[in-house]
Amino acid sequence: MFSTLDMHILEILCEDARVTPREMAVMTGSDEAQVNAALDSLRAAGVLVGYQTLINWERTDREFVQAVIEVNVVPQREKGFDAIAQRIVQYDEVKSLYLMSGAYDLMVLCEARTLKELASFVHSRLSTIEGVTGTSTHFMLKTYKYGGMIFDGGRGDRRQAVMP
Amino acid sequence: MKYERMINRRVADVPPSGIRKFFDIVTQMPGAISLGVGEPDFVTPWSIRDAAIQSIEDGQTQYTSNWGLESLREKIAAYLRMRYRVSYSPKDEVIVTVGASEGIDLAMRALVCPGDEVLIPEPSYVSYAPTVTFAGGVAVPVKTSAADCFALTPQALREAITEKTKALILPYPNNPTGGVMSRGQLMEIARVLEETDIAVISDEIYSELVYGGHEHTAFASIAGMRERTITLNGFSKAFAMTGWRVGYACGPRELIAPMFKIHQYTMLCASMQGQVAADRALGRAFETGFEDVRTMVRSYDRRRRLMVENLNDMGLDCFEPLGAFYVFPSIQKTGLTSDEFCTRLLMEQKVACVPGTAFGASGEGHIRCSYATSLENLNEALKRIRAFVQSL
Repeated sequence: MFSTLDMHILEILCEDARVTPREMAVMTGSDEAQVNAALDSLRAAGVLVGYQTLINWERTDREFVQAVIEVNVVPQREKGFDAIAQRIVQYDEVKSLYLMSGAYDLMVLCEARTLKELASFVHSRLSTIEGVTGTSTHFMLKTYKYGGMIFDGGRGDRRQAVMP
Repeated sequence: MKYERMINRRVADVPPSGIRKFFDIVTQMPGAISLGVGEPDFVTPWSIRDAAIQSIEDGQTQYTSNWGLESLREKIAAYLRMRYRVSYSPKDEVIVTVGASEGIDLAMRALVCPGDEVLIPEPSYVSYAPTVTFAGGVAVPVKTSAADCFALTPQALREAITEKTKALILPYPNNPTGGVMSRGQLMEIARVLEETDIAVISDEIYSELVYGGHEHTAFASIAGMRERTITLNGFSKAFAMTGWRVGYACGPRELIAPMFKIHQYTMLCASMQGQVAADRALGRAFETGFEDVRTMVRSYDRRRRLMVENLNDMGLDCFEPLGAFYVFPSIQKTGLTSDEFCTRLLMEQKVACVPGTAFGASGEGHIRCSYATSLENLNEALKRIRAFVQSL
């Protein structure tokens, strides 16, 4: 059962994963032990999966390419799409994987250092998986928003600095 | 030109806002953090903005009815009935105003005759006393204190009432203190008023922003009080729509009719786009069960606790505010006046707060800190305030 404390904790972590259990206790009017217990149970329930940082890599000199790949597959008896999805998630190039409604079945977000590496992933590994009947690759050109954050879009605080 | 003779004495005699000085310094000071902001740090949700854009594209560029858009008034009436159990006819008991601020002005001009007294619990929002003065009345401050969590007490009210008392302003949840009044406390106020003909102007603009299990009570929902109460509210705080300038005034038709007369001849109507946006805001809130508002309130609540805990910890005693988005700590232990504290804090640590005296003389010894700013800013500001207090 989801408590108000759970909801507070998830909202705090969504905003800033660096907030400590002690600070969370202050912000929610509970004590540190309660927050730690809630964190443990959220992790155990698979609700809290990880704590990552949002980085705008386009601002660094790291070379990389990203693509969205639409994948059509033949679902397997009893296992549906899961068996193929479980194989695809294993690849390091795959950053996200979704089962979709509509014209194709799986959407793969993948990343590699060079175009060549990405091309090789698609034609020699992804499309050769048994059950994959077709792929369509779209390269990403620029990130505007990711994980709820607007990249390069910060307009700053436009409010009047002091108001009654 | 003899401007002194040209300008209305009543206007000339009202002192300028004490906040201006801080505003001018902060805007010129790089790296300053402002806890002086008086509006939400959320931008109006996109679907609301989109409704206004759509209305421009559709050519909705006309006046609306003087009362305001009919569908908006119906939603406002439904909202007040559902949320606060107070019932108004959207036909002639709800005026859509240019912010709740216009409602304050309309109420004063409709009620106050020269020499009439209007009771104003203080500390409170800076506009009340000047609007009373502009209307020719006499603003009578009624002191509230931290010991009572800045609630108006029946004793203080009774002592302030004279035969000239025309109206009482009830500014809860309160800016700048964050104080609220429970249903029980309001019923005690009602008991003092019921023998009188004193009107109540209940400014409930922060009604959605309450915490710690407090439930907002609309004063008009208390038995016998509807007939004397003008309820003021708006979209600025609950829906992050300050710049749209849309509020509303509700009351019995006998009180609303004279206010409407002034509104009709002066403001005509609130802007079409603001009203369309407000209509969408309430429509969306009904559809989603006020989910956005609740998420926003949870976010404020966490920052509120962070502020109260830290300010108390550094020795600035802070009662627990259960409303709005302000904390109002006492700075008496530092030996500085509110103005000295705020000026030095700004110059030495680049944090802007508002001296309590900006909200009435009884605000001396306190400062107002708004927590409607990012967690990151709040943590940095708290660090700097702590350093400042330790340096004294």
